[in-house]
Amino acid sequence: MAYHRFDAVIVGAGGAGLMAAIQLAGKANIAVVSKLYPPRSHTGAAQGGISAALGNVEEDHWEWHMFDTVKGGDYLVDQDAAEILAREAIDAVLELEHMGLPFNRTPDGKIDQRRFGGHTRNYGEGPVRRACYAADRTGHMIIQTLYQQGIKHHVNFFDEHFLVDVLFTEDGICCGVVTREIKTGELHVLHAKAVLIATGGFGRVFKITSNALAGTGDGIAIPYRLGVPLMDMEFYQFHPTGLYKLGILLSEAARGEGGILRNSEGEAFCARYAPTLKDLAPRDMVSRFIYQEIKEGRGIDGKDYVHLDLTHLPEEVIDQKLPDITDFARTYLGVEPKKEPVPIQPTAHYAMGGLPTDVDGRVIRDEQATPIPGFYSAGESACVSVHGANRLGTNSLVDLVVFGRRAGRHMLKYIQENSLPPLPREPELRARAEIDAILSRKSGIRPVEIRMAMQEVMMDKVSVVRDGRGLAEAQEKIQGLKRDYASVAIDDRGQTFNTDLLEALELGYMLDCAEAIIVGAIAREESRGAHYRTDFEQRDDKNWLAHTLVYRTSGGIQVRKKPVTITKFEPKERKY
Amino acid sequence: MQVTLRIKRFNPDVPEFQKPTYREYQVEVEPNDRLLDALNKVKWHHDGTLTYRRSCAHGICGSDAMRVNGRNRLACKVLMSELGTKVTVEPLIGFPVIKDLIVDMEPFFEGYKSVKPYLIADDAPSAGERLQSPEERARYDDTTKCILCASCTSSCPITWTNKEFVGPAAIVNAHRFIFDSRDQGAAERLRILNQRSGVWRCRTVFNCTDACPRGIEVTKAIEEVKRALLFDEVQ
Repeated sequence: MAYHRFDAVIVGAGGAGLMAAIQLAGKANIAVVSKLYPPRSHTGAAQGGISAALGNVEEDHWEWHMFDTVKGGDYLVDQDAAEILAREAIDAVLELEHMGLPFNRTPDGKIDQRRFGGHTRNYGEGPVRRACYAADRTGHMIIQTLYQQGIKHHVNFFDEHFLVDVLFTEDGICCGVVTREIKTGELHVLHAKAVLIATGGFGRVFKITSNALAGTGDGIAIPYRLGVPLMDMEFYQFHPTGLYKLGILLSEAARGEGGILRNSEGEAFCARYAPTLKDLAPRDMVSRFIYQEIKEGRGIDGKDYVHLDLTHLPEEVIDQKLPDITDFARTYLGVEPKKEPVPIQPTAHYAMGGLPTDVDGRVIRDEQATPIPGFYSAGESACVSVHGANRLGTNSLVDLVVFGRRAGRHMLKYIQENSLPPLPREPELRARAEIDAILSRKSGIRPVEIRMAMQEVMMDKVSVVRDGRGLAEAQEKIQGLKRDYASVAIDDRGQTFNTDLLEALELGYMLDCAEAIIVGAIAREESRGAHYRTDFEQRDDKNWLAHTLVYRTSGGIQVRKKPVTITKFEPKERKY
Repeated sequence: MQVTLRIKRFNPDVPEFQKPTYREYQVEVEPNDRLLDALNKVKWHHDGTLTYRRSCAHGICGSDAMRVNGRNRLACKVLMSELGTKVTVEPLIGFPVIKDLIVDMEPFFEGYKSVKPYLIADDAPSAGERLQSPEERARYDDTTKCILCASCTSSCPITWTNKEFVGPAAIVNAHRFIFDSRDQGAAERLRILNQRSGVWRCRTVFNCTDACPRGIEVTKAIEEVKRALLFDEVQ
């Protein structure tokens, strides 16, 4: 075992983790841990843009962005946080430009902006051009730019280290993490005053997903096991346009640039459901429109997909503004988007829920928002909540730069004001026991069997449309799979680069995420945003204008409610 | 369709594979499965010890570059239908092998870091963005696409024997800043690339351009850096 001491440890080197690291670099002794190399992080897969009310191409105001975020989230958004998101987005985007991010430009040299789902002018009148972008690889340019800044500021990277535990003192103060160095199998204890979890999402719990294979919820499952609550886990976003069967994302920018969804009759069906915003209605709604079309027999060839039609777009728009996603259609489906429509279906994309935090990234333990000292989260692993029941396109990138930055700044203050807490005795014990149990098991169930069964049931029963009976079935199934997991067995017993072991550990994390999603979904007897139940079709503000906190306790799983913060915008029916 | 994957194995923990050894696996695949899907089938269903890096599975994270039928490819960006029924899979060459298809990427990232791959500029305006025309932005667009997968660097025969050479990927990333109108570090980077380890080691073999899964014109970028050095100007 190796021991290291730092002021702060950041777990996850995507946009949120790196943004935090840059605030601390040079001012504190920090480490950034990633199970990948940082530029491989899933922030790099984001395509369409990052919204900020710069007003570079038409009138825009942060208040409009805040309103759209609140309405898009079906009023479950904490409005104090949404205000910070919309206000600070402007400065955060400019900071990215100053760091060197190569945004597309307007003819007069400013950052260009385009339309995106749910982003409107003057509180819903019509689409507004708010998304700043770098072709359709905005996330790629963010992760590259932030990694470059990390190199410039000599950030201490622990590349290819896998998170196996988060450490707390007996008084509940966070005091470090334990990692497994992937190359050697050695355990490392990183003792620190503050820890930031920025490990992203867990889309891999579903069968069809846009998420990387690395998106397995490591950083949120571990604290959940230790009694930290998870918030709003039932809100999981299905992006309307994943490549058929593969789930690979085709950005909403395709529709922002004029692309249209069509059913088997060639009808542009979104206009029927959302007369004002049409194809640019929020994602939860468009995914349900597609579901409804398929259910009513208007899927293409009667199957479970529809078409994304880009054939009417000028060639230069496709080549200059959507090059990557059209390349995906060519590479993986053999479809030329300039000439033929692209088969698409909704794909599991983004977790609105996660570790509950305040607006400074501090993870909180209860409905009174009591912070856990030294423990932070930002980005997709966190739930601030700025996305409420449904995130708007581009707001994930805004979230990770704005709240990654705020978390980093707060951590700097925290580590200056606090001393290093003691480590628990034998800090690596719990992680070592878990790893040794898997490595020493001679025979049992292969991880793939459990994983595929989990992904199937989550897709069938816990995706775009849900009901109480299906959720109960899913819960029973996941409980059974968790029992199976106790006898999971792998082939590779070595220490060197044992990804067989890591995949087994990731499966354990995902089962916990799946459990929390289902518990939240069963508790929430209403339909709101991405959580749509056919047995409770209406939004119920009287009982459910509240966040859920899911706790694992010694007495079983508990669900508690946390009030929503409402400042400027009273909840209304959501129409587009 | 039934395919045979002939995979070069090496594993310091297992006596059988302590010397690099080819091992064959038969798997059933769909023609439009990715090679990564086929590797996953082997690992998940037949032999969990088979080891490779992977993450995004659609060609943008750069994890799974490997040598496929003699060419550097991303396993997630090549379909089985392109590869025939017998596919040879080997680790990238020119880097030390850690295990199976995993190579030590540290030398690659050291080369990348050596060219100062970050914007060097001290003139950020106090309000608003720096201005850059669409034409100025287009000048370096191609080299912003790099995903640091090492396909180009590993395909370059110079890097196989000359461990000093920074390699094509590092030059691509230097190019990305040298030709960015906002950057003020061109002279510094050109000085680095004018050294023995720099662009003059390039023999214009074009392997790098062929290997790039992002379609970057790597050789052209290298030539542009050479020209900037020869004619003492950045155009």
